[in-house]
Amino acid sequence: MTINSPDVLEGIRQEALKALSQREESNKATSAQAAGLEKGTPHMQILCCGGTGCKASESAKIAQNFQESLKAHSIEDKVDVVVPGCFGFCEKGPIVKIVPDNTFYTSVRPEDVEEIVTSHILAGNRVERLLYVDPSTGQHISDSKHMNFYRKQMRIALRNCGFINPEDIREYIARDGYKALAQSLQRPSEDVLADIKASGLRGRGGAGFPTGVKWEIARKFDAPDKYVVCNADEGDPGAFMDRSIMEGDPNSVIEAMMICGYCINAHHGLIYIRAEYPLAVHRLKVAIGQAREYGLLGKNILGTGFDFDIEIRYGAGAFVCGEETALIHSMEGKRGEPTLKPPFPAEAGYFGNPTNVNNVETLANVPVILTKGPQWFASIGTEKSKGTKVFALAGKINNVGLIEVPMGTTLREIIYDIGGGVKGGKKFKAVQTGGPSGGCLTEKHLDIPIDYESLAAAGSMMGSGGMIVMDEDDCMVSVAKFFLEFTVDESCGKCTPCRIGNRRMLEILTRITDGRGTEEDIETLENLAKVIKDTALCGLGQTSPNPVLSTLANFREEYEEHVRDHKCRAHKCKSLLTYSIDPALCKGCSACARGCPAEAIAGEVRKPFVINPEKCIRCGMCLSRCKFGAIKVI
Amino acid sequence: MENTTIITLTIDGRAVSVPKGTSILDAAATIGIKIPALCHMDLKGTCVKNTPASCRICVVEVEGRRNLAPSCATQVMEGMVVRTNSARVVRARKTVAELILSDHPNDCLTCPKCSDCELQKLVTRFNIRRMTYKGEQSVRKKEETVAITRNMDKCILCRRCESVCNQVQTVGVLGAVRRGFETTIAPTFDRMFKDTDCTYCGQCVAVCPTGALTERDNTDRLLDDLCNPEKIVIAQPAPAVRVALGEEFGMKPGTIVTGKLATSLRYLGFDYVFDTDFAADLTIMEEGAEILHRLRAFLGGDKSVKLPIMTSCCPAWVNFYEHNYPDLLEYPSSAKSPAQMFGAIAKNYWAEKMGIPREKLVVVSIMPCLAKKYECEREEFSVNGNPDVDYSISTRELARLIKRSNIDFESLPDSDFDTPMGESSGAGAIFGATGGVMEAALRTVYEVFTGKTLPRLEFTAVRGLDGIKEATIDIDGFPLKVCVAHTLGNARYLMDKLRKGELNYHVVEVMACPGGCIGGAGQPYHHGNIEVLKARAAAIYREDEGKPIRKSHENPDIKQLYEVYLGEPLGELSEKLLHTRYFDKSIK
Repeated sequence: MTINSPDVLEGIRQEALKALSQREESNKATSAQAAGLEKGTPHMQILCCGGTGCKASESAKIAQNFQESLKAHSIEDKVDVVVPGCFGFCEKGPIVKIVPDNTFYTSVRPEDVEEIVTSHILAGNRVERLLYVDPSTGQHISDSKHMNFYRKQMRIALRNCGFINPEDIREYIARDGYKALAQSLQRPSEDVLADIKASGLRGRGGAGFPTGVKWEIARKFDAPDKYVVCNADEGDPGAFMDRSIMEGDPNSVIEAMMICGYCINAHHGLIYIRAEYPLAVHRLKVAIGQAREYGLLGKNILGTGFDFDIEIRYGAGAFVCGEETALIHSMEGKRGEPTLKPPFPAEAGYFGNPTNVNNVETLANVPVILTKGPQWFASIGTEKSKGTKVFALAGKINNVGLIEVPMGTTLREIIYDIGGGVKGGKKFKAVQTGGPSGGCLTEKHLDIPIDYESLAAAGSMMGSGGMIVMDEDDCMVSVAKFFLEFTVDESCGKCTPCRIGNRRMLEILTRITDGRGTEEDIETLENLAKVIKDTALCGLGQTSPNPVLSTLANFREEYEEHVRDHKCRAHKCKSLLTYSIDPALCKGCSACARGCPAEAIAGEVRKPFVINPEKCIRCGMCLSRCKFGAIKVI
Repeated sequence: MENTTIITLTIDGRAVSVPKGTSILDAAATIGIKIPALCHMDLKGTCVKNTPASCRICVVEVEGRRNLAPSCATQVMEGMVVRTNSARVVRARKTVAELILSDHPNDCLTCPKCSDCELQKLVTRFNIRRMTYKGEQSVRKKEETVAITRNMDKCILCRRCESVCNQVQTVGVLGAVRRGFETTIAPTFDRMFKDTDCTYCGQCVAVCPTGALTERDNTDRLLDDLCNPEKIVIAQPAPAVRVALGEEFGMKPGTIVTGKLATSLRYLGFDYVFDTDFAADLTIMEEGAEILHRLRAFLGGDKSVKLPIMTSCCPAWVNFYEHNYPDLLEYPSSAKSPAQMFGAIAKNYWAEKMGIPREKLVVVSIMPCLAKKYECEREEFSVNGNPDVDYSISTRELARLIKRSNIDFESLPDSDFDTPMGESSGAGAIFGATGGVMEAALRTVYEVFTGKTLPRLEFTAVRGLDGIKEATIDIDGFPLKVCVAHTLGNARYLMDKLRKGELNYHVVEVMACPGGCIGGAGQPYHHGNIEVLKARAAAIYREDEGKPIRKSHENPDIKQLYEVYLGEPLGELSEKLLHTRYFDKSIK
């Protein structure tokens, strides 16, 4: 069927809404009584997370088991199994949600399915043991609305993730999908563009360039072939918001690209996605296929004469290809390395044609900005950073997952309220924001309202929204080294500072963590970091020293301890550890000596044993074997 | 490109006005500020250009800009305030240079590029006296081909070779492989040159700032032969050598050193010093005859005749069409290159005449070219494994040999080449510049075709540095359409048109190197200065003007050679000795 007018689109929306209304209603439900077929509930739905994270924990098997169990109980026509995109609470995956009572099951395993069906779906009794337990109160919470993880969130970009079936375009349409496009195509394109500008939306890929301004520039360059490119080359370690959006709501990206195409007068769309995202690729392909089938992609869209189509291009997983010029070169079949701007892609991009590149999350905001109005969007966030931002919470934090909060939320709210605080009750030390290009922020930064400017001022950056929490057990020199290892691996090798400079910095950091560093090394490191930041060609190189500079700024004493005292306070740098046996505690059982792979421990039975530091390889085997706590590590 | 907008900016406190689109680097140069640069190369007026802005040596401070700007690739803007020498810039620049050194073998004393190395010059200029950064060094591929030596440990990834190989020559052999610190410039899959479409044009060598890409050195081999009393060693220097060799001894580009060249070769111990220019005249006789032959057939209504006829003197160009256009091998002239014609005559006619056994005779060509080294190795140019030209040395190698042999080049007296293969016309001399072969051929073709004397010898339409030059020459009412191209990229443009049947010329000249042989890969390094090439070209034409005989067919030694030995152009013996055939060398 072809949607050739806004009226037909509205018709489909009304139709599709019927199937979705139960889910909409369920979302509003609180922890009232559980529903059940035997209690008289006529129809139920089981939402079984289909994000990559949950899939890795067998959620596909869970969905399959549900189907089979429903069949076995002959209730398959009364209960639907829906596979939506990511719910975000990946720490507790796989997630299964029951409609209409809004029950949120966590850490579900395939063997739990039968119990859920018999006791909940049929009898209407929740399976308590699969409910989320609030770590602070110890109480079971049955719905996501009452979980701290979700309470402070505001889901705009992720609005459909974990809700609709991403492989059914009608469910997207039911949620006002393609409405923004239909409305836009009725308006002069400059008005639509003005709305995007007025909304204050800025690029979510990291740099935060105003999206409307970017479109406006691209619009100015006239050419027969212009391109809208979606940058889906998400590469920050730990960041997966773009993947989640593409897996959970691919049509929002497609719709936004079309709106962009309309605004800048482009008719070709390209999605550059890394090939390591097979599920996202699949969902995009399905969505593009369905959009074409419905006539939403192709010629004469919605009968307005506007033509637009989208192709997918695959990246081979090079971090630098997230940089737009490198991305374009990669799409052209060339080596994925950045070139100097200007010329900007808006002037000369894909094969020399005017090209507008936007990140996935940026695009996902566009349709809803237009349906709800730019003022609504601009009312959210801080003065210069509007709307929300998705963050990938990871590291030493209780609630690992994907969250979306209004700009201006503080790090404290994110880490302690949403994230549930530091794991194991340990002391918070730092949070790395902005991925390998960002910096480490500390206790003193926790109350800064997060936006592009405040993070930059604090010595870090928004980046794509990675957020890695570190505790007292993390060595900040090692952390800097970890991130630098990443950028060294991912450097394209084009410019000297990044190619050689980062390598030299990594070598210095390795010396320091190996206990071979000198005070001069710290100075050299600092000089190198500053010069690289000042001279590297692209964003990757210019920001790669950030982890070093920010840890030097905030944790310089740790560097000094490493080189001066040969000490790593976090006990992370093996070479700096000394293992010894406390003679007062040692019973002379010889367990340590028998377990030592380096034969570094000797002694007489029933007398205290001794570790030979020359031979000791600091593997920690003795520590794990000693039953008397006699092994000391300093 | 017309650009009238003038931009005014301040560099180091001084105002400067330049056309819009100018780089900060070029703008600074106009007021005598020489910003150091390394990866950047712009042979203005040709298509040789490399501005990846990757080395970051030329960074400058631009007021209001967060980070430093690469001056080579940053265009001037109205009111821009630039500092090229602030403490921040100086520190950054030096650090970047030190970083390059930290991944460089720094074996300057034994490096073939020593004293001609752009990195070495920068290190001196920046007063770097110690190795600040030490760490792991790249270990990259080494390869010695017959023409080009690769020692990529010395590569600083300026990407100039990649630019010329891809953008200028469109050969596409060299490119960046792997990434990060492991990046290297190499053929795809790290293949060896010999397994690629490399034409050995050597332009990668011509632009390499360090010793990563150099010529295959034949000087020791030559010294051995010169010292061997059993061998008769004879020399044939190419036309372009005599207008460039002086540069290696501090003379101004464009200084003509023909007489000193002949003397120095004698002093080196060559038994006879002949001249490739002589063979250039011979080439015109044969190629001219071929042009006339095809034209007459064409005018006689023969539709099967292959036109345009294309020159075949340039060995890199020959390699190029053998690799890329095996379907069009019938278009180029079958005439051998002058150097190979010389070898064939020397090892047959002259050796017989002198009673020298072939094995005793060593023919050495002195060439502005590296592909000539490869050409010497072609099987079809040898008899029972004995090559017509034993090997070739470049202009640079000759200079090194002269220095090594205690010869004070500048004070050398002039002398003439030996006879009978030393006399040449001005037509032979201009082979060294783009358009030269065409002009030389036109002088002869016109007179032989019409039987009339040319009113004016100079065909200026085919001179100069334009990549593709065309002209229509009125030959007694027949409009002869000719085209001259230099660089293989321009050649590819023509060949692609030819393949589509859209190339409407009668005669086409192609030279692989920018400017022709004067810009050859064996010449003294131009270091990106186009004035050097222009001066050499001007000298070539001065050499021509100074010659009493300026048409190949009037060279008395050539006439005599045909009378006493060859018979006539395209005759049986000429075909045997002076013509060749081509092979499909495409990589399947």
